[in-house]
Amino acid sequence: MSTIVCKQICKTFRQGDEIITGLDHVDISVETGDFLCLSGPSGSGKTTLLNAIGGLDTPDSGEIYMGDLRIDRLERGALADMRLHHIGFVFQAYNLIPVLSAQENVEFVMQIQGMVAHERAQKARAILAEVGLEGMERRRPAQLSGGQQQRVAVARAIVSQPDLVLADEPTANLDSVASAQLMGLFSKLNQDHHITFIIATHDKRVMSYARRLIKMQDGKIISDEAQ
Amino acid sequence: MSVFQSQARVVLTLSWRNLWRNSRRTGIMLGAIAVGVWAMIFMTALMRGMVDDMLNQGIRNLPGHIQVQHPAFLDDPSVVNSIAEPDSEFRASLDRLGAVRWSTRIKVPAVIASERETRGINLIGIEPAAEDDISGLPALMDTGRFLESDQDQGLIVGARLAERLETRLGKRVVIMSQDPANNIRERGFRIVGIYRAKLPELEEFNVYAARDTLQQLLHIEGRVSQIIVVGDDYRDIEPLYQRLRQLLPATLEARAWYQIDSYLAAMFKMMDGFVLVWIIIIFLALSFGLVNTLVMAIFERVREIGLILALGMRPGLIVYQILLESLLLLLIGLAIGNGIAYASIKPLQGGLDISAVAEGMAMMGASSVLYPKLLAADMILANVVVIVLGIVTSILPAWRAARLDPLRALNAT
Repeated sequence: MSTIVCKQICKTFRQGDEIITGLDHVDISVETGDFLCLSGPSGSGKTTLLNAIGGLDTPDSGEIYMGDLRIDRLERGALADMRLHHIGFVFQAYNLIPVLSAQENVEFVMQIQGMVAHERAQKARAILAEVGLEGMERRRPAQLSGGQQQRVAVARAIVSQPDLVLADEPTANLDSVASAQLMGLFSKLNQDHHITFIIATHDKRVMSYARRLIKMQDGKIISDEAQ
Repeated sequence: MSVFQSQARVVLTLSWRNLWRNSRRTGIMLGAIAVGVWAMIFMTALMRGMVDDMLNQGIRNLPGHIQVQHPAFLDDPSVVNSIAEPDSEFRASLDRLGAVRWSTRIKVPAVIASERETRGINLIGIEPAAEDDISGLPALMDTGRFLESDQDQGLIVGARLAERLETRLGKRVVIMSQDPANNIRERGFRIVGIYRAKLPELEEFNVYAARDTLQQLLHIEGRVSQIIVVGDDYRDIEPLYQRLRQLLPATLEARAWYQIDSYLAAMFKMMDGFVLVWIIIIFLALSFGLVNTLVMAIFERVREIGLILALGMRPGLIVYQILLESLLLLLIGLAIGNGIAYASIKPLQGGLDISAVAEGMAMMGASSVLYPKLLAADMILANVVVIVLGIVTSILPAWRAARLDPLRALNAT
C-alpha cells in the first residue's frame, strides 16, 4: 500500500449562508518515498486535501486511493484501521495525550496496534533519542517545551514506520533552529526508511526540503513541480 | 500479548489517569456514590432488621414455624378438634426430623374471672421446658415465676390482663371452658407469673397453664390441640415442612407459618421487592451525578478524543474507555460505600434503641430495639444494581464520545 491517487476530488463547506470551496476537482498522485510540500495561502485547500488523504474528512465527490484501497468509501472502523496501520499524523498543535508521558505518547499507536511491550518500549526510546529527547521519556507533555512536544508528536507519527506521514504546518509553532532540526529529521527518515511525506506549509524554509512542491489556491492545484 | 490485551491495557491506563485529572470532581462523585451505597445498605439492614424482628415476633406468637393439627382446627379451634398426643414411634420420628425443637400444646377458648372482672381468653396448655424455643415466653416474665413442669398447677397471665381483671401475682382466678362433651369445666388457678409481651395486645388474651393440668381440666387426657415445630430459620423452612408432611397420617394437617399467617407471608415476600425498589430509587438520584460527571469529563476532552480517533483508535474502544472510566469510578465508590456501611452497621448489631418511637414500632409488631441485619445478598444486590445501572447510564455519554467526528473534535476550542 503506497501510491496515493486522488481523482477529481471536491469538497465544499457551508459557513452560514455561504458555500466555501475547499477542494475543486483536485487530481494528484503521490509515489512511495515522495517528499512533497503543499503550499499556498490560508484557505487554499492544503489542510483539506491532507485531511481527505488521511481519511479524516470525506470528499463530496471524487475518488481517493491508497494503493488499491479506495479510502473515501471506507466506514469509520476501517478508516481508523487504515490510519492506525498506514498513516502517521503530525498536527500543527502538538496534540499529545496529556495524561501520558512522552514515551507513552510515542508508544500509544504501537500499543493499539498490539505490539509487545518490550519491543514498543525499545522502539519508543530509540526514536525519542533520535529526535533529541533522550532522558525526557517520563515527562508529561505539560513538562515539555513547544518544540519538545512537537518532536514527541513527530516521534509518535513515525515510530511504527507508516507508509505515509501527513504533517500540517509542523513548524508553525517552532523557532528556526527547531524547525531546521525537525525538517532534517523528516528528510533523514524519508531517505533512510522511504516513508512518504506530505507536508502542508507556507513556510519557505520547509518547502526548501521538499523534492516536489505543489502550490494550491482556492481549492485548486495551480502548480506541481519537482525541486 | 494479544492485540486485545494490548488495547485493553492502554484503555485502562487512559481511563484510570483521566479519572484523576480533575481529582476534586472525582472526589465529590466518589463521595456521592459512597454515601448513596452506604444509604442503600444501611437502610436495607435497618429495614431487614425491623421486618425480621416483626416476622420472628409474629412467628413466635403463632407460634412455631410449622403447626400440626386437626384439619378443622383452624376453622374451629375448640377442644373437639384435638389430636392424639404423639405415641413413642411418632415422637421418635419427630426427634429425627432435624427440627430445633418440637412440642405439643393445647389451645382452647376460655373465660377467666377474678373477684371483680371476667374476660374471654385463649387458654394455652404448654410443655414449659420447650417454650423457650417455641414462643420465648420464659424471657418475657415480668414478675413471679415461669411454669416448672407439665403438671404445674399455676397460671401465667399477661400484665395487661391482670390490670383489666384488677388482680395480681399470687391471687386466685377461675378458668372456665368446655370439654369435648360440651360440659362446662372450671377450676381455680393461682397466678404464679405475669409476663409482658412485645405486642401488648397479646397480654390481654393469651393465658398459659401446664399442658397436663389442662388435659385434666378439659377431660382430654392423651390429646392436644397442636404439635408445634421450630426449625433453624423461618426463611428456609420448606425442606423441614416437606419431611414433616411425609411423616404425617392423612388425619393430620401440617401448615407452615406462611400458610397460617398470610400477613406475615406477604410482609416476607414484599421485603425483597421493597429492598430492590429502595436501591433503585437511591441509584436514580446518584445517576444524575454520574452522567453529569461523565458528560463534563467528555466535554473537556473533546480534542483529545478527536486525537485518539485520528490516530486510529476504533470508536468501539472509545466506548470501552468511557465505560471503563465509569466502572472504575463506581468500583471505588462501592468499595468506600461498602466499607462505611459495614463499619457503621457492625457496632449496631448489638441493638439500636429506638424507644422514642417504640409505641409506633409496637403497633407494627416490632420491638423498641432494632437489630440491623446485614445480609450478604443485600450487599451484593446493591453492588450489582449500582454497577449494572451505572454502566447502562454511562452508555449514552460513551456512545456520543465515540460518535465524535475526529476532525471536528480536533478543531474544537
